[in-house]
Amino acid sequence: MSTPSVASTGTTPRWRALTHHHLFWPVAVLVALLLVNVPFTPDFFSIRMTDGHLYGSLVSIVLFGSPLILVAVGMTLVIATGGIDLSVGAVVAITGALTCSYISDQADQNALAGVFLAMGIGLVAAVVCGLWNGFLVARMGIQPIIATLIIMVAGRGVAQLITDGQIITINSEPYKLIGGGYWLTLPFSIFVVAAVVAITVALTRRTALGLLVESVGGNAEASRLVGIRSRRIKIMVYMFCALCAGIAGLMISSNTSAADGNNAGLWIELDAILAVVIGGTSLLGGRFSIGGTVIGALVIQTLTTTIYTIGVPTQTNLVFKAVVVIVVCLLQSPKFRAKVFGARGRGQAAPAQAAPAADAAPKMEVSR
Amino acid sequence: MSATTKTPAAPDNRTSRTTSQAARLLGDRRLPVLVTAALFLAMYVAGLSRYQNYGFTEPQVLLNLFIDNGYLLVAAVGATFVIMSGGIDLSVGSVIGFTTMFTAWLVERQGLPLLLVIPIALGVGAFGGFLMGYVIHNFEIQPFIVTLAGLFLFRGLCLVISKESISISDSSVSSLAQAQAQLGIGFLSIGAIVALVVLAAAFYVLHYTRFGRRVYAIGGNEQSALLMGLPMGGTKIAVYTVSGFCSALAGLLFMLYIQSGDPLHAVGMELDAIAAVVIGGTLLTGGSGYVVGTLFGVLVLGLIKSLIQFEGTLSSWWTKIATGVLLCAFILIQRAMTARKQT
Repeated sequence: MSTPSVASTGTTPRWRALTHHHLFWPVAVLVALLLVNVPFTPDFFSIRMTDGHLYGSLVSIVLFGSPLILVAVGMTLVIATGGIDLSVGAVVAITGALTCSYISDQADQNALAGVFLAMGIGLVAAVVCGLWNGFLVARMGIQPIIATLIIMVAGRGVAQLITDGQIITINSEPYKLIGGGYWLTLPFSIFVVAAVVAITVALTRRTALGLLVESVGGNAEASRLVGIRSRRIKIMVYMFCALCAGIAGLMISSNTSAADGNNAGLWIELDAILAVVIGGTSLLGGRFSIGGTVIGALVIQTLTTTIYTIGVPTQTNLVFKAVVVIVVCLLQSPKFRAKVFGARGRGQAAPAQAAPAADAAPKMEVSR
Repeated sequence: MSATTKTPAAPDNRTSRTTSQAARLLGDRRLPVLVTAALFLAMYVAGLSRYQNYGFTEPQVLLNLFIDNGYLLVAAVGATFVIMSGGIDLSVGSVIGFTTMFTAWLVERQGLPLLLVIPIALGVGAFGGFLMGYVIHNFEIQPFIVTLAGLFLFRGLCLVISKESISISDSSVSSLAQAQAQLGIGFLSIGAIVALVVLAAAFYVLHYTRFGRRVYAIGGNEQSALLMGLPMGGTKIAVYTVSGFCSALAGLLFMLYIQSGDPLHAVGMELDAIAAVVIGGTLLTGGSGYVVGTLFGVLVLGLIKSLIQFEGTLSSWWTKIATGVLLCAFILIQRAMTARKQT
């Protein structure tokens, strides 16, 4: 927003500190995307109150983005340990299928106890999936992409098995609250997301847990040698990721009041990984940023919304997403920055570009 | 002197030989392929005994595996190259879907002759693979993310061409699709023959050419391949180009098989291809495996489908579950093997 005015004094230390903050680029992209909407929908930022509920584009971005934020937060921790979890989409489908089929079997679908039990069953199943992934990765030493591929392939089959290939529709008021209901004028799912994010941040940044996760991602063997139970941390992280995916599964199935084993959470793993990458967490592991991930997920959801509001045919959504992935990844690649910006900007911004160039230097030496 | 040392050492030798034989068997790189081949045979024999009254004994059932899975075989062969080099290609399914859509659009809506469309489609697929390989190598971004962008891009381009499926009524397409090669015991479609030719070519390239050696070397250990002076960049880019080309070819075969273009064709087929490669015994860390294993991987997946059809339950989710279970079993076998090798 204030880019032009600050750019004139572009070399002040404060500006440099700001642009080098790890959240600068994700936030800049998010703000830019939000601003793009204004010429097309002038009241884009307005939020109005109808029937005691807040409505507005910003609210709906957070509402529809909340399952993605949840999955992405779980994925962040997995990626921070140097892993990846492809099975979250299938876990979303399994949790939704189990919960909905349990609720639909009950005589009174509005009974609170039954709904809670159903949600408990769904979440336990999700955590078991996470335990299995963690077991394969940490105990058996299988590559995370491959280990989680198993549930990614088989999980949707299991979800369809649970729902018998049908789309189970339910009609339960209390269950509807999680994904589609309102509380204190705001969508209830926002509170769920806020709680999960707050707990995650508190656990990882107010205790040593985050440090341990990062050290396992940096070098699992070294962290084991200094006395960190790296295997246990890895297993915990996969279980947490699956739990987040399970809650997202509850939200998605509650929002549509239906469990679709085939399509629930389809491709959400890819969106989640994308959100994590946009948020500045390295796919190589060793460091992570929950805040960045939340912003990354919001960027993706805003992109989707923007495409709708601008009036671009919705089917080009995926092309836009692809372009964003490539641009973000290129900007994050030290080699790309060294090649493109390094040669041109060497004179004026030497210290800023020195780091990526130094990163790339030893590799270039070898190839010579 | 040799005789005196031999006699006392003999019993020790024997025990160590038996353990080393077991270790050698586990360490044998052909083991996963043999296991997959044995599994295929066992499944086939089980099918023979269970459904012998329903026409399973006809050799055409076997040939149909090639006809119905030719496109998957071609895609999996491309994926084998990438995985052998230690990478991964997630864009396979999207490129297949895009090719069906693109060719259907060119043939039906633009009226181009099929003979012109085929090289264009193959070129576009190969160029897409080339671009991804270029970005992966030159900017050192993980293949996973780059090919993920490729997945989004090609699926999006499908939808840009048209939201609805385009059925193909072109006479040259239908005549090609219906062409059959008689084999005495049955017939094969053009798609199946092309798939077998691609398999043979890939076998030759991977095992008998310098390029194939480089793919293995890079997958085995990128650092030492680089230090040996192998042209890493060229090989890596070439591998993704091959995969893009194979995906486009698979798309053409799929288009022949199904005679339409649809933006949702082949969603998730990259996973089938990767699963086939893994079940075929190629190490996902790269550097070890045989393209023949990929053939057996595809055949096993195809046989699961036809067994489920013969069973009559026809619920597609059993295919997914069975694939997942097989995948798990083979990953664990591979893990056991590599663990032995390291110690």
